[in-house]
Amino acid sequence: MERTEDLIELCLLMGKIMQQNGAETYRVEDTMTRIAQSFGRDEAQSYVTPTGILFTISPGAPAKLVRVSARETNLEKVKLANNVSRKITNGDMSTHVAYKELRKIETSPTDYTMLMQIIAATLASGFFTLMFQGSWYDFLPACIAGGLGFIALMNFIRLFEIKFVAEFVASLLIGFTAFSLFLLGIGKEVDKVVVGSIMPLVPGLLITNAVRDLMAGHLISGLAKGAEAFLTAFAIGAGIAVMFALF
Amino acid sequence: MLIEYAIASFFASAAFGIIYQAPRNTIIKCGLVGMIGWVIYISLVWAEVDSVPATLIASFVIAIVSQMLARIYKTPMIIFSVPGIIPLVPGSLAYDAMRSFVQNDYSAAISIAAKAFMISGAIAFGLVFSEVLNQIMKKMRQTKTQLR
Repeated sequence: MERTEDLIELCLLMGKIMQQNGAETYRVEDTMTRIAQSFGRDEAQSYVTPTGILFTISPGAPAKLVRVSARETNLEKVKLANNVSRKITNGDMSTHVAYKELRKIETSPTDYTMLMQIIAATLASGFFTLMFQGSWYDFLPACIAGGLGFIALMNFIRLFEIKFVAEFVASLLIGFTAFSLFLLGIGKEVDKVVVGSIMPLVPGLLITNAVRDLMAGHLISGLAKGAEAFLTAFAIGAGIAVMFALF
Repeated sequence: MLIEYAIASFFASAAFGIIYQAPRNTIIKCGLVGMIGWVIYISLVWAEVDSVPATLIASFVIAIVSQMLARIYKTPMIIFSVPGIIPLVPGSLAYDAMRSFVQNDYSAAISIAAKAFMISGAIAFGLVFSEVLNQIMKKMRQTKTQLR
């Protein structure tokens, strides 16, 4: 028989890793209760919000809380955590081994270097400009503005504690770069350049996840994600708006 | 040109796969899923379908393809669907709305923002709808085996 405390810790860590790295709310709740069920605890309950997870394994046992302070999207970690949960529910992994494995996943460095991510953001900006009916003349300025914006975001998030300030400053830089390049004669339509280069910052995933959580009945999660997405969109819009006023 | 859009959306989705740190061996599939979605969307828009139903259909197809890939490779579905839906996200509409707000053109801004909201709703609805379909099919298969 597994110790109850170990099982609770395992479920909480699993939930925390999944929630921090961008899994859907219902999947986090589902995974946690399913792990408990595979050890014969059919009455486990979990309550997952974007900022914290509550979990209790049986009516008599204490409920435990884990705080989720920062969220990002790391699909690799979601996949690895999912593999572990699959092994646990199939009975191929003990709680002890699984806990160690999850700790390793939690602290493991990201698979892609910063440089690769910056290159990806640069290219994404350029190609988004093309997709929004921009011409090839706009490809290069969009790449430059988008890449610079992404570098700024990555560095400012570490510098300022508040994410929205970092997003505001990054979009200021994007606007400034796009408009200056336009004034220098690089790029045809400044609108398309700006739209393409803000795409790496746009909270598209958050907006969609928010509506999805609302539809699935996770009302608190949906509203919280929606609020985060709105603030991010507002920060980006405000940064670009300042540049519109200046130029 | 459709080919040009297809290539652009392939690279954009694959690049987003890297930004969202999808596992290395799935990056190309992420790009393909995004490309399928965008090609469907843009063909429907060219056939003069409104952009909201076009988005709904495209995101529905993206979700179905992602589910199939998820089943084949035994990974969570979001690894494919998240980078895949990125091209559909109404980033340019949100930007237009913001710009109209700044230029004090509030009526235009509100209508564009409403459109952006409708489109993000359509994306979410397409994803949810395919999930519901998937669950119904699973349940039907279960009852079939129980009946035997």
